[in-house]
Amino acid sequence: MAQKKKRLLQGNEACVEGALYAGCRFYSGYPITPSTEVAEGMSVRLPKVGGKFIQMEDEIGGIAAAIGGSLAGLKSMTATSGPGFSLKQECIGYACIAEVPLVIVDVMRGGPATGYPTGPSQSDIMAAKWGTHGDHPVIAVTPSSVPEILTETVRAFNLAEKYRTPVMVLYDEIVGHMREPLTIPEPGELEVVDREKATCKPEEYFPYDDRHLVAPLAPFGSGYRFHVTGLNHKQDGFPTNDPKVIDRNNRRIIEKVETDKERIWKNEETALDDAEVAIFTIGSTARSARFAVNELRKSGLKVGLLRPLTIWPFPDAAVAELSKRVNAIVVPELNLGQMVHEVERCARGNCEVEALTRVDGEPITPAQIMHAVRKYL
Amino acid sequence: MSTIAEKKEKVSVPFDYNKYLRPNKLPHIWCPGCGHGIVLKALLRAIDRAGLEKDNICMVSGIGCSSRTPGYVDFNTLHTLHGRAMAFATGVKLAKPELKVIVITGDGDALAIGGNHFIHACRRNIDMTVLVMTNSTYGMTGGQYSPTTPLDAIATTSRYGNIEPPFDACEMARASGATFVARGTAYHTIELERTIHDALVHKGTSIVDVIDACPTYFGRANKYKSATHMMELIEKDGTVNVKQAEKLPPEKLEGKVLRGVLHKVERPEYCEQYENLIMQKAAAKK
Ligand SMILES: Cc1ncc(C[n+]2csc(CCOP(=O)(O)OP(=O)(O)O)c2C)c(N)n1
Ligand code: SF4
Repeated sequence: MAQKKKRLLQGNEACVEGALYAGCRFYSGYPITPSTEVAEGMSVRLPKVGGKFIQMEDEIGGIAAAIGGSLAGLKSMTATSGPGFSLKQECIGYACIAEVPLVIVDVMRGGPATGYPTGPSQSDIMAAKWGTHGDHPVIAVTPSSVPEILTETVRAFNLAEKYRTPVMVLYDEIVGHMREPLTIPEPGELEVVDREKATCKPEEYFPYDDRHLVAPLAPFGSGYRFHVTGLNHKQDGFPTNDPKVIDRNNRRIIEKVETDKERIWKNEETALDDAEVAIFTIGSTARSARFAVNELRKSGLKVGLLRPLTIWPFPDAAVAELSKRVNAIVVPELNLGQMVHEVERCARGNCEVEALTRVDGEPITPAQIMHAVRKYL
Repeated sequence: MSTIAEKKEKVSVPFDYNKYLRPNKLPHIWCPGCGHGIVLKALLRAIDRAGLEKDNICMVSGIGCSSRTPGYVDFNTLHTLHGRAMAFATGVKLAKPELKVIVITGDGDALAIGGNHFIHACRRNIDMTVLVMTNSTYGMTGGQYSPTTPLDAIATTSRYGNIEPPFDACEMARASGATFVARGTAYHTIELERTIHDALVHKGTSIVDVIDACPTYFGRANKYKSATHMMELIEKDGTVNVKQAEKLPPEKLEGKVLRGVLHKVERPEYCEQYENLIMQKAAAKK
């Protein structure tokens, strides 16, 4: 095999490569810093592979059209940042209840409101989970390097298609705009999941078939005529007021993710085996944390890093287990404390949990992390 | 002018509505006298006349009484969010241009919360037929004023009379770039069927503003005696066909709303433009 060429790509460009690798053929969105390069890249690349790109009139239209594209059978994506992510929330809930596979990229910038458009942030962690009203399942992946944006975007599509649910790719402006060398994987090198096809007779098709946690989804126009609504519905997709059915369906859409979370979780552990203090963080902050761990280890200090690549569903088990064998978990995040509450919940008082926050638009430095960690050593 | 009874006579040619309905999803939620069901019947006859296949139709709606229509018809059906029907529909159409996309939307759905999607779908001239059910009220939420509520009309949020001037959906559609713009009413059912048919066979964004009545809220609040009274005053006496209007003196047209095809032009359709782009890129690769 010929030596594969390394390319120097920006994070947002790697997202485009990942989407195309995963088979994304529909993109609709609205430009916003620091995610715009995703839209620009998709607009150039999609027509070349027979895919569709449309710049909609706003972010609501962006995600609404992507849901429509997905229902018509194409793997679909939209990308945005801060204010646009807020606008998309109602439609995210729609995709959850109507069980429409979809990838939503949120390149996090400082908020609230217009906030700090060019500044990095990790302040949409809770918006990703709770931004849309009502109980609903959420899967969110959190890459922290350019190559990882590619692989995690592929994984996001796989999870979306497998669980028939919107999946978010959350990364901060630093990772989105940095450049790193990257080799585009060959076809077949990474797993690509396609949604399960309906094979039954059209008369027997139920888009929310009770017999499955995740029922096959037939594309519109394939001879399976069915109904999709954002109202609580029965297995045939039509609205219902039956309390039993409403209850079962509301629970099922969460269960399909919860019961399989061991397969959705993905954690990277660095020097945790004998660690007395652990750092828990994501994205660009994890890069500073890795540096801090290396430095502290050089002086013989027992520090490790737990870096989740799936932030939702939250890595409960890994944090709970870790909390039993360390003195403290330090949680650096580019916000005023979001993940830290989840870590506290999972640690159940087994160890100290401390947030290290920063919201001045600058990254958390290795020195800051080392300083925070030293207290517990 | 023929009476309602005479018109009924003319349309009583047996038409098998069940061919297009989901009979087990009936009865519908609409109130007695509501115009939405009459419009649906005209639409189904127009679909039949246009020879469209059920598998190839995707009906998309927003939220509102009118937007419940897709639940009753045996097509690919998508009941979305309030105001977003045309945005969802844009995605479906662009992803699968072979589908005939029909949007059912209320005047609130299309012109208030969904106004921006309405404007931009028209501007793109993406191939879809949009029926705006103009009952001049928010039926589903109990009769608040809408963007087409006339000045001085009473609504549950304009108890002292509406002080906001109403929109004309057709003028907005035309100004935004829609290539087929028409108006019909639930009273003129035969004409409505023809108008919707012409919209369905048109390539590009076709907007049909359909004036229909909400006797439950708009009717009661504004002291109409009955649903038929509303239809006669608003739909029959309040409108005139655009062709007839040409022959009438200006004083006879005062206060009348025009019906029929108001605007029709040819302009490149969005999905076709996009397919051309894909073909160019494919050719460049070779
Ligand atoms: C985001 C959002 N805002 C408000 C509502 C409440 N709501 C439901 S239907 C409706 C108005 C419906 O009026 P129209 O679109 O004219 O349709 P009609 O019921 O008159 O047929 C409103 C305000 C909603 N469902 N979603
Ligand atoms: S409330 Fe009005 S619009 Fe809604 S079904 Fe009743 S009559 Fe029709």
